[in-house]
Amino acid sequence: MAKKNKSPRLSGAPTGLASLLASLVCVLAGLAFGFVVLLILGGITMSQSGEEFTFGHLLATTWEQGFKPIVQGGFYSKANMMGMAVRMEILQAAPLIMTGLSVAFAYKTGLFNIGAAGQYTVGAFLALYCAIVLKMPWWVCLIASGLGGAVWGAIPGIFKAYLNVNEVITAIMFNWIGLYAVNPLIYQGGNGPMFNLKTTKTFTLKESAPQALLPTFNVNVGGKGYFGKLFMPTIGIFIAIGIAVLIWVVINKTTFGYQLKACGFNKNAARYAGINEKTNIVLSMTIAGALAGIGAGLFYLSGSKEWEPLVSTILPAVGFNGISVALLASSNPIGCVFSAIFISHITVGGGFMTAKLFPSEVSDIISGVVIYLCAFSMLFRGKILKLFNRKSGTQRKGDKA
Amino acid sequence: MWLLLKYTLLYAAVLTLVALGGMFSERSGVINIALEGIMVVGGLMGVVTINLLNAWGVPAFLGVIIAVLSSALAGLLYSSLLAFSAINLKADQTIGGTALNLLATALAMVIAKRINGSDSPKIVYSTNSNKVFNSANFSFRVGPLTLNWFLLVTVLVLIAAWFILYRSRFGMRLMACGEHPQAADSVGINVYKMRWAGVLMSGALGGIGGMAYIVPAVGEWNFEMGVAGMGFLALAVMIFGQWKPLNIAAAALFFAVFRAMANIYDSFGFLARLGWPKEIYNMMPFVASMVVLAFTSKSSRAPKAEGIPYDKGSR
Repeated sequence: MAKKNKSPRLSGAPTGLASLLASLVCVLAGLAFGFVVLLILGGITMSQSGEEFTFGHLLATTWEQGFKPIVQGGFYSKANMMGMAVRMEILQAAPLIMTGLSVAFAYKTGLFNIGAAGQYTVGAFLALYCAIVLKMPWWVCLIASGLGGAVWGAIPGIFKAYLNVNEVITAIMFNWIGLYAVNPLIYQGGNGPMFNLKTTKTFTLKESAPQALLPTFNVNVGGKGYFGKLFMPTIGIFIAIGIAVLIWVVINKTTFGYQLKACGFNKNAARYAGINEKTNIVLSMTIAGALAGIGAGLFYLSGSKEWEPLVSTILPAVGFNGISVALLASSNPIGCVFSAIFISHITVGGGFMTAKLFPSEVSDIISGVVIYLCAFSMLFRGKILKLFNRKSGTQRKGDKA
Repeated sequence: MWLLLKYTLLYAAVLTLVALGGMFSERSGVINIALEGIMVVGGLMGVVTINLLNAWGVPAFLGVIIAVLSSALAGLLYSSLLAFSAINLKADQTIGGTALNLLATALAMVIAKRINGSDSPKIVYSTNSNKVFNSANFSFRVGPLTLNWFLLVTVLVLIAAWFILYRSRFGMRLMACGEHPQAADSVGINVYKMRWAGVLMSGALGGIGGMAYIVPAVGEWNFEMGVAGMGFLALAVMIFGQWKPLNIAAAALFFAVFRAMANIYDSFGFLARLGWPKEIYNMMPFVASMVVLAFTSKSSRAPKAEGIPYDKGSR
C-alpha cells in the first residue's frame, strides 16, 4: 500500500465531451442494472405471495412502484406534497456536492480521499457544538464545521507526506476514530450538553439554537411559493454551488491550483520545478477535509435532522457517496454539482418505492454499480474518443477531396 | 482472563484469514481494498446457507462444512469483479475496490430485507430450532477454553499459505508478478493468470473470514453495519505483517487483543471502574494501527508493482 499507484485518469485533461458521454453511459448502465434488480425482487415477492401474474403485470408493477419513483426522484408526484420531496432532494444534494468536491479536489493532487465520511462526522460535531452550546450564528458554525473537517483531512495528508503511510489507509482508520470519538462526546453518558435525553438525539436547532439555522428561500411559481411554509429549502445548495465554482477557479486559474495538479501528474517533476510536494499534499488534504466538513455543516444546520449518537454506529453514507459524485464528474468541480444532484435524486426516489416490494437500498446498488463502471470508464472514454476521431478523420478526407 | 483469550483468538483468526487473503492479492500485484465488502458477502452467504441447510435438515457437521465452503465461494465470485476490472480492464484498483465495498453493503441490505420480508436488515440464525447453527457445532473445548473451529481452519490456512508462498513454484511466480511483472512475463509466466489467482484466493479467504467474524459473535447480525471496518483492519495487519504469512499472524494477534477488549472490557474490574465509554475501546485497534504504521511505514517493503495495472505492451 505504501506505493502510490499511477492512475491513468489523472494524467492529461480528458476531453470534456468524451468524459461527459462516458459518465452518461455509466449512469444509464447503472440504471439498467437497477431495473433488472427491481424486476428480480418484484418477481420473487409476487411469486411468494402465490398469486398468478404475467410478465407484463410484473413489468408494470416494477415500473410503477419501483423504477418510476427512482427516475422521478423528488419530483415523484405521489410524494412531492408542497415541494416536500424536492426540498429533500435539494437538502441532500448540498452536502453531497461538498463531499464530492472534497474527493475531486484531493484527486487533482493524485490523492484518494476516502476519509470524507470521517471529516464529515467531525465537521457535523463542531457545527452542532457551536450552534447548540456556544449559540453562534450560522455562518460561524459553518466555518467551524470546515475547520473540523480540515483537521481530520490534514492528518492523512501529514501521514502521507512525512511518514510514508498511504492516505487511503490513514483516512479509513480516521473515519472510524472520528465516529467513535464524536458519539461519546455528544452522548457523555446521557449528560452531554447537546444531547436530548427525551429524543435520544441532539437538541433540535429550531428549539435550542434558531440563530444557527441556515436562511431559507422559496421559488415563486404561478404567483405563490412552490414550497410550503414548513418545507422551505435552505440556501445551503447555493453555498455549495458557489464553493464549487470557487474550487474550479482555484484549480484551473491559479498558481496554487497549478502546483497541486503538477504534484498529481508527476511528483518528481514537480519537485524539480521547485514545488514543495510535501506541503502541497498536506494542503490538498486539508482543503479536501474542510470541504467535506462544510458539507456536514450545510446538512445539520438546515435543522431537518439531528445527530443520533446512540444509533449512529455506521459511517455517514454521504461521505462515500462523495466518491461516486467525484468519479461520475471525472473530478470536475462543476460536474460535481450535477452528479451530486443525480445521486441525491435516485436516493430520494429510492425511499419512495413501495417498501414491501423494493428495499430503498436498491438506489445504493445503482450508485455502487455506477462507480464500479466509472472505475474503468477510461475504457468507454477511449472508445468514444476513437469514434470521434474516426468521424473527424473522414471529414477531413472529404475536405481535401 | 479466559474470556479475553477466547475473543483474542477469535478475532486473530478472522484477521489472519483476511490479511492472508490480502497478502496473496497484493503479492500478485493487485491492491485489494475490497476485502471489507468481500467479508460482508461471504458472511451473508454463510449465514443464509446455515438457515437454508437447517430448513432442509442437513446433519450438523456436514452443514458447517457446506456453509464455510459456500461463504468461500461467494467471496471468490465477488472478488472476480475486482479481478476483472483491475486486471482485464486495467482500471484503478482503489476505486474498483471502493465501489465493491459500497455495493456489498447495499446488496447485503437488500438481500437481508428480502429474506425477512420486512424492513429489517437483521438476519437471525441462532434459534433453538436451528440444528446447524449451534455454538457447539462451531466450537470445541480445551480445558477451560472454548475455541472456535475457525481457529483450526486459520492455523491450517496459515501453514498452507507459508508453503505455497515460499516453497511452491506457484508462490514464487506469484511474487514475481507482484515485483516485476515484465520480467515474469519474459520468462513465460502468464501475469494475468497469476494475478487472477491471487485475487481469487483473497476472495475465498475473505469470504471465510467474513463468516468467521459474523457467525460466532451473536445469534443475529445487522447487515447495515457490514463488518464494521474489520476488512480495513486486516489491511493494516497485512502491512504491519510486511506481506509475510508468519508476521501477519503475529500482527493479527496484536490487533486482536485490542479488538477483544471492546467486547469484554466491562468484565474486567479495573477497566470497568475507569468508566470509559465503549467507543474508546472500539477506537483502540484503529488508533493502535495508526501508531504502528507511523513507525513502521518508512521501512515498509511493499510488493513493487502493486497497484499498477499490467499492460503487455508498455515498457
